[in-house]
Amino acid sequence: MKRDIILAGVGGQGILSIAAAIGMAALDSGLHLKQAEVHGMSQRGGDVSSNLRIADYEIASDLIPFGQADLIISVEPMESLRYLPYLSESGWLITNTKPFVNISNYPPIEELMKEITSFEKHVALDADELAKGLGSARSANMVVLGAATPYLEIPAEKIREAIRKIFSRKGDDVIKLNVDAFEAGYGFAAGQPG
Amino acid sequence: MPVNRDFHRFVLFSKSLNFISMAKLMLLGDEAIAQAAIDAGISGIYAYPGTPSTEITEFVINSRQAKEGEIHARWSVNEKTAMEAALGMSYAGKRAMVCMKHVGLNVAADAFVNSAITGANGGLIVVAADDPSMHSSQNEQDSRFYGKFAMLPVLEPSNQQEAYDMVLYGFDLSEKLGTPVLLRITTRLAHSRSGVMRMPVRDQNVVKLPANLRQFILLPAIARKQYKTLIAKQHDFEAMSETGGFNQLIAGTDQSLGIITTGIAYNYLMENYPDRRVPFPILKIGQYPLPKSIVEKIYTQCNSLLILEEGYPVVEEMLRGFMNNGKIIHGRLDGTVPFDGELNPNIVAVALGLNNTRGREVPPVVVGRPPSLCKGCPHIYSYNALNQALETWSKGRVFSDIGCYTLGALEPFNAINSCVDMGASITMAKGAADAGLNPAVAVIGDSTFTHSGITGLIDCVNDNSAVTILILDNETTGMTGGQESAALGRIESICIGVGVDPNHIITLNPSPKYHEENLSAIKRELDYQGVSVIVPRRECIQTATRNLKLAKKVKAE
Repeated sequence: MKRDIILAGVGGQGILSIAAAIGMAALDSGLHLKQAEVHGMSQRGGDVSSNLRIADYEIASDLIPFGQADLIISVEPMESLRYLPYLSESGWLITNTKPFVNISNYPPIEELMKEITSFEKHVALDADELAKGLGSARSANMVVLGAATPYLEIPAEKIREAIRKIFSRKGDDVIKLNVDAFEAGYGFAAGQPG
Repeated sequence: MPVNRDFHRFVLFSKSLNFISMAKLMLLGDEAIAQAAIDAGISGIYAYPGTPSTEITEFVINSRQAKEGEIHARWSVNEKTAMEAALGMSYAGKRAMVCMKHVGLNVAADAFVNSAITGANGGLIVVAADDPSMHSSQNEQDSRFYGKFAMLPVLEPSNQQEAYDMVLYGFDLSEKLGTPVLLRITTRLAHSRSGVMRMPVRDQNVVKLPANLRQFILLPAIARKQYKTLIAKQHDFEAMSETGGFNQLIAGTDQSLGIITTGIAYNYLMENYPDRRVPFPILKIGQYPLPKSIVEKIYTQCNSLLILEEGYPVVEEMLRGFMNNGKIIHGRLDGTVPFDGELNPNIVAVALGLNNTRGREVPPVVVGRPPSLCKGCPHIYSYNALNQALETWSKGRVFSDIGCYTLGALEPFNAINSCVDMGASITMAKGAADAGLNPAVAVIGDSTFTHSGITGLIDCVNDNSAVTILILDNETTGMTGGQESAALGRIESICIGVGVDPNHIITLNPSPKYHEENLSAIKRELDYQGVSVIVPRRECIQTATRNLKLAKKVKAE
């Protein structure tokens, strides 16, 4: 078993929290893991990505080769398309549809959606809207994580446990908000055809 | 709030994972080096922040184990002072580590190269983190050249575990042979996380001065002797490379090609063989100087060689030789691998003639999203005022430096015309002023000013150069995540101290409501035919937000 995952977003959107939850669940399941992160200059409002590799055998490269990612998980629609050469033919594109606009030439969302929906295997949801509805706009990343979970080959309960652990120091309210956000995304993806 | 929140998250990540598995930690390459240094019994770590090396020292600063061991862990003013302090600790018999990014080794080079001549007393490891592909740097120089230049042993790990193990080994090597050791890593190892097993913690050394109290006096007569000692040690260094276990020859059945990898290139090679069975003999290099007898084996065994190095073609050039009249050698020099940029599994696949399937291409609708100054960043308002003040002059007068404010080069500011090395803004502005460019402006951050700006300012004062120097004081080292700034609250007094006329040291508040005031102050100083220092001061929006949160938390508790 292996899951090569590209996490994508804009600096500050919390992709490393998604990586942390999946990583923790993977280790808890006895799997091997490598995770390459982006630090430094590009974190200042630029595009950021992380390569998360999980396998039941020892992993060689920290970087995912072209055409081998099983999932692209993106917290921003345009960013979900930036790493397509890495996605395998059978891979899933999971993305938030809420644009993060900090550049003047941001493309029309309709054009982005046209590209995203051209993938048979895609899950696209407005994670910001769902998170806001639950009273925590900042948990949009956990909504996206929930939406990706059916395709991770890791039991959802392991991911839930990991979220609880990650936010354990922040108190029960924060844990609940994040788990609820996760459930919202998970429910959305589970209700999808495919 | 990119850097801080993410940093907090991954600290949290490591801590939570420690909780799950006491035996294996999930560590960044940087963190593995830091944990190893603590476990190896260092008494001090010295560094100036610089991507991708920052997290090494940050980890030690935040480590409870390091605090309990009273390990000295505080940022130095620059890489040179860091290197010298570490050498001083080594002189006193204790173990020290000094960390920097690759270009930081240029700053520390004088101390570094001469430390090879003095040798070490307590164990001394110099960590240089190279940044091929220039993710966050101005060049992709390869620190292994510095190791060769200084004639020192170099260690180059291929993964996080090896990074940990090599620190322990490196301190042994350093103390056994009385030499500093260079540990060279690259961005992908520094910033990638994987499982690391720890070793038992060693005690720190006690103070014990060198047996020969003249060992560190590099007067020519002594230096000549010491240099001969260093030359004689080269055999020992090579012997250690042969036996240290980090240079491995792995047998292969197809000897039409031999592959030599250095550092993490090995992983990219293995990635291309899912069953991990490579038909060709492989020499995996992790320690320098090159182990001659092992290299000879693969060289004579195989009809041709492919050299895979993360960085410059260091090994490739050595094996080819100037005349290139030996075996056929493929690598960066013959174009089998691109000359520049970091390696990845795909580049290696192409070099081996293997399958290299790409997914769909990026659709043209996707546009670039370059990094930018944060919303509310004080630099925005400094640049707005400066740009307007310079409107009446021709373009191309602003020399800048290295930090977040370098983003002033991009839209919408287009405010600066140079970014070369730490501190170069002030001295380049001086040179341009000497050439007759008037006004000539320098833009430098507070931390960069203390790193390497003060000396240049003294040159300006001594010459009464017509330069207008903006020291953008956000009271932190912002770009690398908000480390302490060495001259916090003392910028003006430093400027007065080195002789700048106090009437031309102007403090501003870089906020929209002071725009007119700031504009007229800058205009006035642009007209002044001498050294002016303008200090726009407001705390970095990142650290301000973080501090506000901390204050709220404390209040709530």
